[in-house]
Parts: sequence; structure tokens; C-alpha cells
Amino acid sequence: MLRERTVNMIVLLLLLVVPAYALITDEPFTITLATRAVILALAGVGLNLALGQGGLVSFGHAAFFGMGGYAMGILASHAQNYTPILESPFLIEGTNSMPVIWLVAIIASALLALLIGALSLRTSGVYFIMVTLAFGQMFYYFTISWPAYGGEDGLSIYVRNQFPGLNTLDPIQFYGICFVLLCAVLFLVDRLNKSPFGLALNGAHQNEERARTVGINVYRLRLVAFVISGAITGLAGALFADLNRFVSPTMFSWHISGEIMIFIILGGVGRLFGPVVGAALYILLEHFLGGLSEYWFIYLGAILLGVVLFAKGGIIGKLAKREVGHGK
Amino acid sequence: MENNVLKIHDIRKSFGALAASDGISLDLRAGEIHALIGPNGAGKSTLIKQIAGGLKPDSGTVQFLGQDVTGMTTAQRARLGLGRTFQISALAMEYTVLENVVLGAVGQSGSVFRFFKPAMKDAALLTRARAALARVGLETQENVVTAELSHGQRRQLEVAVALTLAPKAFLMDEPMAGMGAEGSKALTGFLQELKQEAPILLVEHDMDAVFACADRISVLVYGKIIATGSVNDIRSNPEVRIAYLGEEDAA
Amino acid sequence: MNMLLLIEQILNGLQFGVMLFLMAAGLTLIFGVMGLINLAHGSLYMIGAFAAAAVAGWSGSFLLALIASMAAAAMVGALIELTVIRRLYDRDHLEQVLATFALILIFSEGTRWIFGSFPLFLNIPEYLKGTVILPGGIEYSLYRLTIIGIGLAVAVGLFLLISKTRVGMRIRAGENDREMIGALGVDISVLYTLVFALGAALAGLSGALVGAIQSVEVGMGEPVLILAFVVIVIGGIGSIKGALAGALLVGLTDTLGRTMLPVVFGTFMDASSATTVGSALASMLIYILMAGVLIFKPTGLFGSS
Repeated sequence: MLRERTVNMIVLLLLLVVPAYALITDEPFTITLATRAVILALAGVGLNLALGQGGLVSFGHAAFFGMGGYAMGILASHAQNYTPILESPFLIEGTNSMPVIWLVAIIASALLALLIGALSLRTSGVYFIMVTLAFGQMFYYFTISWPAYGGEDGLSIYVRNQFPGLNTLDPIQFYGICFVLLCAVLFLVDRLNKSPFGLALNGAHQNEERARTVGINVYRLRLVAFVISGAITGLAGALFADLNRFVSPTMFSWHISGEIMIFIILGGVGRLFGPVVGAALYILLEHFLGGLSEYWFIYLGAILLGVVLFAKGGIIGKLAKREVGHGK
Repeated sequence: MENNVLKIHDIRKSFGALAASDGISLDLRAGEIHALIGPNGAGKSTLIKQIAGGLKPDSGTVQFLGQDVTGMTTAQRARLGLGRTFQISALAMEYTVLENVVLGAVGQSGSVFRFFKPAMKDAALLTRARAALARVGLETQENVVTAELSHGQRRQLEVAVALTLAPKAFLMDEPMAGMGAEGSKALTGFLQELKQEAPILLVEHDMDAVFACADRISVLVYGKIIATGSVNDIRSNPEVRIAYLGEEDAA
Repeated sequence: MNMLLLIEQILNGLQFGVMLFLMAAGLTLIFGVMGLINLAHGSLYMIGAFAAAAVAGWSGSFLLALIASMAAAAMVGALIELTVIRRLYDRDHLEQVLATFALILIFSEGTRWIFGSFPLFLNIPEYLKGTVILPGGIEYSLYRLTIIGIGLAVAVGLFLLISKTRVGMRIRAGENDREMIGALGVDISVLYTLVFALGAALAGLSGALVGAIQSVEVGMGEPVLILAFVVIVIGGIGSIKGALAGALLVGLTDTLGRTMLPVVFGTFMDASSATTVGSALASMLIYILMAGVLIFKPTGLFGSS
């Protein structure tokens, strides 16, 4: 059994070594795969805050993933068409700048999470799961029927967005951007988990009544966690759209919500690097099993079933005992 | 003279046809241990919930420190200084002893939205938490995972967490439950020290403990208080004997 | 919008609602009795439709196809209950969600593997084709009317089952206190398998009936599953009455919304914008309805808190 911190370091190392190796051996496709893994991991880190720490089983996080993606899509498509988004009462133009897009994606997803969370958190247990699922689907159906940004067919963005000083079309540089973002978010989430906020959130998950009787407003606590969680997943959505240069309503579908949850459980619920390990594993499975059979989802389903029934703690659970004591 | 820390007036609560609380009035005065006894099904838990904040009465008021708290949530009452321990321990089982108490300190501090400084390294929180642990005698166990504590230790931890709130009154739901004679004796002594700081409203079945430490006793039967008085008053009250102690004779 | 069209849409809404009820009733029973959230319910709907299409194609009898749909769904339901589901009763909701989601993946891809990606066809039988004239001169599809009838009959049957029979009593008792009923010596595991199979059969029947109007294809159960969840949230988990009320409400709101919203918008917008805005809003309408119910009753119209 290793320490969780050691496992985390190994994962980080792999995330540096593998793309570097691919760069040297001139395998840009591998770098793209790694980028996919890192972006999906980021989405999972977002959900894990609400789910793993807070115990909020949100089956509608695709709403935020999609919101981030469409934030990017709308801004970038207006930029590439040279048409403004809004002309009056004030001018809003599209943009190709990644930092601006990220900011918009984060804010938009956070606001959406505030709205959905405020309504959903009034329920609990199974109701919460179903309600978050329903709200996610609502956006899915809406984007399909709203023709402005491609509707069901989605929207293609021809040029990858720009980041000052870098050539974002170069796979390794784009990977670098995503990797740095992931690391930054992991660091922030780690601090969050150890803070009084995190202590209270996880404490309320373990025993809600206890949190109340020490004077904590559990609803407000969870709402804030949900908003941060949604914002992170939204950022991942914007990056994902940028990677594929394509946005479509499927980003809102509950399959995406389910997949993000799969990463988390494969890697280990509530573990900081759980989504990272899980997303990487998922990408590997998709690549190798997908190559073997068109119906690889059957195998994924079987593996998922196996993990849920027999290996609850996920991969990190098998490798490292949970660290006791919050502040370590 | 208003030394009522907690004043419950004409509380009524019905579940369908059942009147769980049928016009209950009682008060808790500074410096006392007020025990609430009664046969099973008398409505003690329902009453405690209405006082602590988890259940809203159909009518009647709950006043704490002169303020009407009937409409307030559990969290709001906790912040005013109402401490609570549970019959079945309500603790975060995966946390260590210290983490549970620090959680109490976090709640007490009123600022749960602090995101960057590690809670377990915060001097103010730790001092408050450790002080509470020392008072109940659990300071050597601070790094033990709560799930591994013995039953008696969990009870102590519950009290410690309540202490972090610097409470002005305690609601204790069967704190002696499951403790042996030694444990009960120790806890009784502890409660007598504690009552000087904050009066205690105590629901209990352990009659020896009740008679040993209570200053006043109220007897709840079928949702109504049939008697309130000192230990001797209650012991010699004929109605109480029939309704409660008398049933034991017959059984 | 004339009266005839309105009535036709109301009937369509009823038909939609009644099919949703079949799905929701099973889901809510399973949750009420076993405390389990079952995402694979949509797959059971699909399996019922596929079984019906296969048997109809092979035997030519629609009646046989319907029976096959219920039997197939019930058998698959019982099978997964015995192998997978019963391990989940003590687990938390996250694990139930993920495990049943895994089942969806397995069933969907498995069905695609066996039957291919192209939709199958299930035809309305000759004796149910065509229209009938209803009181008031309205012409309505005989088949859809039959569906409404079957759905209402099932609703009545379920009510009778739950309130009048011993099995029903056990179901109700099981809903209230799982441990108690075990202690009373009722073989709870048999009860659970039965309840699950019953819910599955209802889903399969629903799939088969709808399969004749729409197409039978992989993934057909998913939109219906989500709607069934909305129904249960609105109606209250564990309540059959709630499932019926919620289902009819959702069915009517969705159908009427889709036809009427574009018309309403058409009064002050041009035709094509009205259609766009109207349909987009209509697709969100039931979720808005759900949100509305939640604000006032977080546990649904007939749910217990």
C-alpha cells in the first residue's frame, strides 16, 4: 500500500512523461489522447467536489460541461464570422481569446449551477439525482430545437482559439495549457478540501444533522460547493470544445453526465486524483477496447459493474489507504 | 424575575389523529439540571425536536434567552447557543475525534466560507477544539477515527462538540443510554459541574441517574406534563407513581 | 386552433400520459418497496419493444407480441434482479445509479450487436387500424384509443392489486418498513423479485405499445426514462396515485404545449420565429413544470416527506 500522495505524484509524472515521449517519437495522436484525458479529468474534478466531498449525486453535470462548450462556441463563431453577438443596448462581439472565453465559460456555468442548485438542493436523496438529470436533459432538448447555433448538427469552429504567446494549434502546446489548468485546479480544490469549507462540506455529507447542530447552514454550504463544482466542469467544457473544434447538444446529454461519474468511480470517489486516474483509464479503454470492437461499451459496462459491486474504492482505493486526518 | 434560559409555552403537535404534544409548557432555569422523564411513546423525542429546531410545532412558542425561536432553524438556534447531544450519536464517523470537534468550532465561528487556510492547522479553531476535548477527557484520543471509539467515548465526544459552541443551554437526549454504572456515575458528576455554565434539559430513562443529579423533574405522559417538581416531589407524587412508576409495579 | 384539433391533442396527451404511467408506476414501486433507483428501466422498455417486434414478425400475431413483450421484460427483469440488483439494496444511491447505468450500456450495445443499428418495425394489427368516430364527431385513431384503454385498465388493475390483495398488502407493508416485514417472516427476497419483474413487465408493455406508433430502435427507452423520472418527482416517489397524476399532467402539458405554444407566439411573431421559439420553449415546458412543483412541494404532489 502506498501513500495517496505518492500515487498522486506518480500520476502527475506520467502525465508529463507520456506526452513528452510522444513528442520525441512524433506521435501527435497520443498527445491529443492525453489532452482529451486531461480535459475530461478536469470535468471530473469539478463533479468530484460536489459528489465525492459533498455527497451530492448530481446526474446533470453535463449541463455545465455543455454550457462551457457553448460559451466557447458562441464567442468563437461570432469572432470567425465577424458578426457581433449583440448590438444594442451595448456592443458585445465574439472573441478568439482563450482566457476571455474561459472566464465567460466559468461565469456562465457558475450562474447556471446557482440556478439549478438553488432549485435542486431543496430536494435530497433520489429526488436530487432525478432532478439534476432532468435539468441537464432540459438543456439538451433546448439546444437541439434552437436553430441558431447549429441545432442538432452542432457548430464547427474552424480556428483554434488563441492564447497569448503560444501556438495553440501545436498539439503539445495545447496539451501544456490544459495540463497547467488541471494542475492549478487540483491545487485549488486540494486547498478547498482542507479548508473549513471543505471540512464542513464533507462533515455534512457524513452526518447532516451534526452539521446543523453546530450551526452550519447546510443548504447554503452545498449551494456554494455546487456552484464551484459547476464552474470547474464548465471550464472543462470550453476546453473540450476547443480541442474538437466542435460543439453540439450531445455535450448536454446525460450520457456525458454518466461518463463523468464513471471516471470518478473508476479512479476513486472523493479522492483528489480519482477523476484523473479514471479519465486516463477511460481514454485507454476507449482507445484499446474500441479498437477491438465496435461494441466496446458492453465491456465498459461490465467493468463499471464490476467496480461498483466489487471494487468500491476504485483504482486509488486499491493502491492507497485513505489518509486519516484532514489536514495532512 | 426572568432567569428562564429556555421557556416552552403550550406546545402542540399532532400527527394525524395522534396528539404527540398536547399543550406542553415547561422552562429551564439558569444553573439547573431539569430532567424530562416519561414512559415510551410519551412524546419526549417529538418535544426535543421542536425545541432543538428539527420540527415545527402546530402552535405554541419556544423562547430561548428571551428570544422567540419557534420559527428558527436548527442551525440558527445552535448559533444562538443551544447545544445538543443525540441519543444515537450524530457524529461524522470517518473523521477523527479532533476533526469532529474542529467542525464544531467551525460552526461556532460562524464563518464556514473560508476556502484557503487548512482547517486543521488553524490555531484559533484548534485551541477551542482541544479545550473542549480536555474538558471531557478525550484529549489523548484526538487522532482516533470516530468509528473506532467505544460507545462511552462517542458520548463524550458528542458533549465535547456541543461544548465548542460555548452553549447557553444544553439539550441532552438519553446521554446515559448504553453506559455502564461507572460511566453513568462519571457522566452524572460531569453534568453537575457543567450545569453551572449552562443549564441542562435532560431526557433520560435511567432513573437512578435522574434522581441522583436532577434539580427538577418533569413527567411527560401521552403528550402532557402531569407533574413538575423536585426529586422528592416527584417520588412521592401519586399520579406519577400510577402513570409511570406504577406501571412498572404492575409489569 | 379549432375545437376538434384541441380535443385530438388532449387525447394524444392522455395517450402519452398513460404510457408514461406504465413506466413511472414500475419505477415508483421499485423505489417505494426496495429503495432502489433503477436506471435500467429504459432498457426494459426497449427489450419489450424488441421482443414484440421479433415475435410479431415471426408469428404475425399482435396479441402474442404484447404477451411476449411483457414476458421477455419480466424475465430479463427477474434475471438482473437476482444477479445484480439484489446486491445493491444496501448500497448508497450513487452506486445504484452507476450499476444500473452500467446495465444500460450493456443492454444497449448488446441489443445493437444482436439486432444491428437499423430500427425494427412493429405494425399496428389490421383490426386496430383506422379511426373511430367519437361522440361529438371527432375522428381519432383506434389504436391510440386502445392504448388509452389498456393504460387505464392497468392503472385500475394496479390499484386493485395494491389495495385488495395479499401481495398488495405486503407491497404496502414493505414500502413502510423493510426490516419489519422481513422479521414477520414474509420471504422478502421473493417479494422483491416479483415487484421488480412486475415493474419490468409494465415497462416492456409500454415499449411494445409505443413501438407500433414510433420505431423500435436501440436507445428508445432513454427519453421515456427521463420523462418517467420527471413524472415521479412531480407525483411523489412511492405513490402510484402520484405516478398517475404526474404522468397525465406531464403527458398533457407536453403534448398541448408543443401544439399550442407556437400558435400563441404566432399571435405576435412571424410564423417561422413563432415555431422556433414555441418549440424550443415547449421542449423545456415539463421541466419548468417540475421546477415549479418542487418549489412548493419538494417531495412531489403525493409524496411523503
